[in-house]
Amino acid sequence: MSPFYTSKIATNMSQRTVSRSFYELLSSMRFAISLFTILAIASVVGTVLKQNQPYTDYIIKFGQFWFVAFKALGLFDVYHTGWFIVILAFLVLSTSLCIWRNWPAMLRDMRSYRESATEQSLRHFHHQAEFPAHANSVSQLRTYLTTQGWKYREDTRADGILLAAKRGSANRLGYLLTHSAIVLICIGGLVDGNLPLQFQEAIGTKKIETRDIPASEVPPISRLSANNLSFRGDVTIPEGSSADIIFINSGDGYLVQELPFRIALDKFFIEHYTTGQPKSFASNITILDKSTGKPLLHHTIKVNHPLVYDGVAIYQASFGDGGTRLRLNGWNVLNSNNQPFPFGGVVHERSSLASDNLPLTVEFTEFHPFNIEGSGDAKPQAAHLGGNAVADNKDLHNVGPSFEYKIRAADGTAHAYNNYMLPVQIDKRWFVVSGMRSSPAEPYRYVRFPLDPDATLTGFMSLRAVLMNPTLYPEIAQRVTNVIMPDNPTARAQLTDSTIKVLTLFGQGGFKALSDFIEQRVPADQRDRAAETYLKILEMCAWQAWGMARSDAHLSPPVANEASGWFLRDSLNAISDLFFYGSPVYLQLSAFDQVQSSGFQLTRSPGKNIVYFGSFLLVLGVFAMFFIHERRLWLLVRPDRILCTMSGNRLTLDFENEFRQRCQDIARIGKES
Amino acid sequence: MQTLSLSNPSIGRLSLFDWIYAVLLWAGALYAFNAYGAYMDSYEKTFLFGFAAGFSVLGWYWKPLRTLIITIAAVSLFAINDYHGDLGRAQHAFFLKFMLASQSAIMWMSTLFVLATLTYWLALATRSTFAGQVASGLTWSATAMGLIGLIVRWYESYLISPDVGHIPISNLYEVFVLFSIITALLYLYYEQRYQNRLLGAFVLPIITAAVGFLLWYTFDRQAENIQPLVPALQSYWMKLHVPANFIGYGSFSLAAMVAVAWLMVNRGILATRLPPLEVLDDLMYKSIAVGFGFFTIATILGAMWAAEAWGGYWSWDPKETWALIVWLNYAAWLHIRLVKGLRGAFLAWWAVVGLFVTIFAFLGVNMFLSGLHSYGTL
Ligand code: HEM
Repeated sequence: MSPFYTSKIATNMSQRTVSRSFYELLSSMRFAISLFTILAIASVVGTVLKQNQPYTDYIIKFGQFWFVAFKALGLFDVYHTGWFIVILAFLVLSTSLCIWRNWPAMLRDMRSYRESATEQSLRHFHHQAEFPAHANSVSQLRTYLTTQGWKYREDTRADGILLAAKRGSANRLGYLLTHSAIVLICIGGLVDGNLPLQFQEAIGTKKIETRDIPASEVPPISRLSANNLSFRGDVTIPEGSSADIIFINSGDGYLVQELPFRIALDKFFIEHYTTGQPKSFASNITILDKSTGKPLLHHTIKVNHPLVYDGVAIYQASFGDGGTRLRLNGWNVLNSNNQPFPFGGVVHERSSLASDNLPLTVEFTEFHPFNIEGSGDAKPQAAHLGGNAVADNKDLHNVGPSFEYKIRAADGTAHAYNNYMLPVQIDKRWFVVSGMRSSPAEPYRYVRFPLDPDATLTGFMSLRAVLMNPTLYPEIAQRVTNVIMPDNPTARAQLTDSTIKVLTLFGQGGFKALSDFIEQRVPADQRDRAAETYLKILEMCAWQAWGMARSDAHLSPPVANEASGWFLRDSLNAISDLFFYGSPVYLQLSAFDQVQSSGFQLTRSPGKNIVYFGSFLLVLGVFAMFFIHERRLWLLVRPDRILCTMSGNRLTLDFENEFRQRCQDIARIGKES
Repeated sequence: MQTLSLSNPSIGRLSLFDWIYAVLLWAGALYAFNAYGAYMDSYEKTFLFGFAAGFSVLGWYWKPLRTLIITIAAVSLFAINDYHGDLGRAQHAFFLKFMLASQSAIMWMSTLFVLATLTYWLALATRSTFAGQVASGLTWSATAMGLIGLIVRWYESYLISPDVGHIPISNLYEVFVLFSIITALLYLYYEQRYQNRLLGAFVLPIITAAVGFLLWYTFDRQAENIQPLVPALQSYWMKLHVPANFIGYGSFSLAAMVAVAWLMVNRGILATRLPPLEVLDDLMYKSIAVGFGFFTIATILGAMWAAEAWGGYWSWDPKETWALIVWLNYAAWLHIRLVKGLRGAFLAWWAVVGLFVTIFAFLGVNMFLSGLHSYGTL
């Protein structure tokens, strides 16, 4: 034998043992358990770190350094990274090899009765007992086994007969079902995953689009054809419009997926419970032929009731405003103009506005046709202990439509507004409210415009116009002086002067200007009194101003009563607040033409059926393994004695119990004749 | 080896009571079908008769269930009748106000579970058989009150308005009641099967903890109010997914508490009073096996529901992902025990740790992580 030859055998053998031990490692339990652990830990990462957020959010949260590091590890989309897929692939591989390794022996085991077991081997079993026998024992034992549901084979020996019986072999089938199911489910999931897409991105045949451009302008390298095997994406369609593409989010951009048809949204609607909460979100849609535009199907889809068309499932995912047209009254609130100007806009669009020659842009952001609000009073404690467990919704009510917009100045600074269309009642008085905030993190702060006794905004607006018109201050002051009528002329002149002073301060900066003035000019111990006096004067001015405003409008003079008093006080508060309103105009909603939009999710997932089939097998398999117990019973019957041995693959207490039961039965059979 | 007695439940020969029980169940189902069949869809009809068939067999298999079901049916019918169709009667009708309106019944359940826990402890301390019997009785009564509470609550939801009506397993408050009941029933089954009452001293505390949470949730958050279902929850998958999940959670909790008992006996603590190690080990395994089976079903049903509601059977939503983690954890436990044949302290500790993983999946995810599971945010 040449040395060369020997060494070749040696290499061959060592190669074989390497691959053999590799196979053994991969199909081993230890490896499987390690994979379980790694998979579990990897999964935790993705639940702790919120996935698929805009990249800017992560940069703000973690800083540039960690952002780059986490991004490289794929932590913002853990479940689709290469390394996570590799773990899953190993799980599939390991489970497949485990099945491959075990199935021949298991099938053999399931079929075999082991009727050739020798007495010696039977004596090795832990569970065994011996009983006396008689001539009829064999036939009685046969009947016993059959009636108890055992299958058995016989083997005639020199000194007796062996009855080899078994039950519950399907337990082994359980193993095969469970583990094949895991492999199936993973494969199904892989079919529906975005692996092919990632591959195309990696080799550069597809590229993520990050620009905010119309879908029709997205270049082909960022478009996926309608033949794409599996996808999952979203599209928002306004009422009366249609779409034949969807967007697939990926990384910090998106891809455009072509659909095999066109979907039109005819109408979106929300149904409500009698108690006011939303009961269903539904869309009437029409499927149109992509090339001819011919309608193919009308259908209503709802949450939990998707439509499957041409292999694509269409889900109701969200809803929003699709461009409601708003008709508005614009009020200048910081000058002496008392007439509204007509204005208008469309939600999600912008309009421009000039106030006192300052160019402003209005960006309409939201429209809500109704707002359900509650007073938030807690229930009395006693109710917890018993009695009614009923939603207490009596304090919930609809406060009507509202819309949101931003007013942006030429320098780019913006304030956001949230205005309600209908008046609301607060402390038994009626107001029109407008919320303002200068950053999305803040809550809205509301200005309340009081309604006049005719329930309109005109009274407040014309009162405000008078109080903000310095040319009228002397007349107001004169009227106030006439009412108070101090005794001597010096005092009168003084009063007129200070009244004009109060009006000027208030007309330029509201209560804040007045209190700043007092703080600067009045000694600390007299401030309270001064404030009281100024307030009194201001209220008297407001009363006179209101009278002037009404007579200008050819209305009867105001009536002095409690309601008027509140109206004046609320008006002064509102005017004072307007100096912090951030915008020289208030937009009042007068009418609207609602257009809604519906957000749809569309998926094609051919792997779903594989996954469901796998899941079915999994349940069958798991229950077969747990609840079918494999047991074997050997009865070696000799003329005078029965050797009874029993084995099972789960040595639980039930097994012990059964063994005892069988022993008793067999002992009885042995005794009877 | 010590001989262990294990009462072996089997359907065996049916007694007269077995037949009366089954006939009552079927008569109830037929009556409901006659009266309300017109309002049911095919799913509900299948469920109605499936319930009659399933519970007939379950009652034959585990006898005490018969008495329980007949009792709660009778008491619930009495309570429903006592409403005269007017929800307001919960505030002044005597039986409703103090016992049977859902909130009252659930408060009774809570009280009885706490008393049962104390009595099991007393029984363990004094080795009194009588105290053990009383504790069992209290646990049975608590379970019955809880079930009555849920059934009456179901009816109350329809009294608010027919379109609001829904099965009471739709928010954290309701599922905590469900959890307590299911865990108690699983325990009672094993109590009878292993003929040992003292384990209650270990299992009932976890139910008491759940009750404590329930009370906090009631008083602090007004959680007992019946709210209509948001659109995403209006799915028949919910009615299957949620109970299956709670059989899983209940079993895992039971296993963990038995593991605690195992660890104590292993160190000689209470060793003469508690069942021997083999029994505890057996119970721990069975409980995890049952839990694993139902948890598997629950997760699959959850995936099917998600496929219908969210457009994908698996979205790696935190709740889904944690369900997978729990599942992998117990799969590993089972492999180690069955394939490696390992027993002992390691597995017992692992079962205890498993409970924490499970609790995190059940509550922690809602508290600390965000996701699509709107259901029961804390
Ligand atoms: C994701 C992967 C896997 C899952 C979910 C899984 C699940 C299960 C389950 C639920 C059981 C039932 C335990 C019982 O009979 O009570 C089981 C048993 C078993 N598994 Fe796995 N398994 C996986 C991978 C593997 C791998 C890779 C191996 C290879 C070593 C393996 C080997 C076994 C064996 C030998 C049994 C016991 C069968 C018996 O005794 O009847 N499993 N598995």
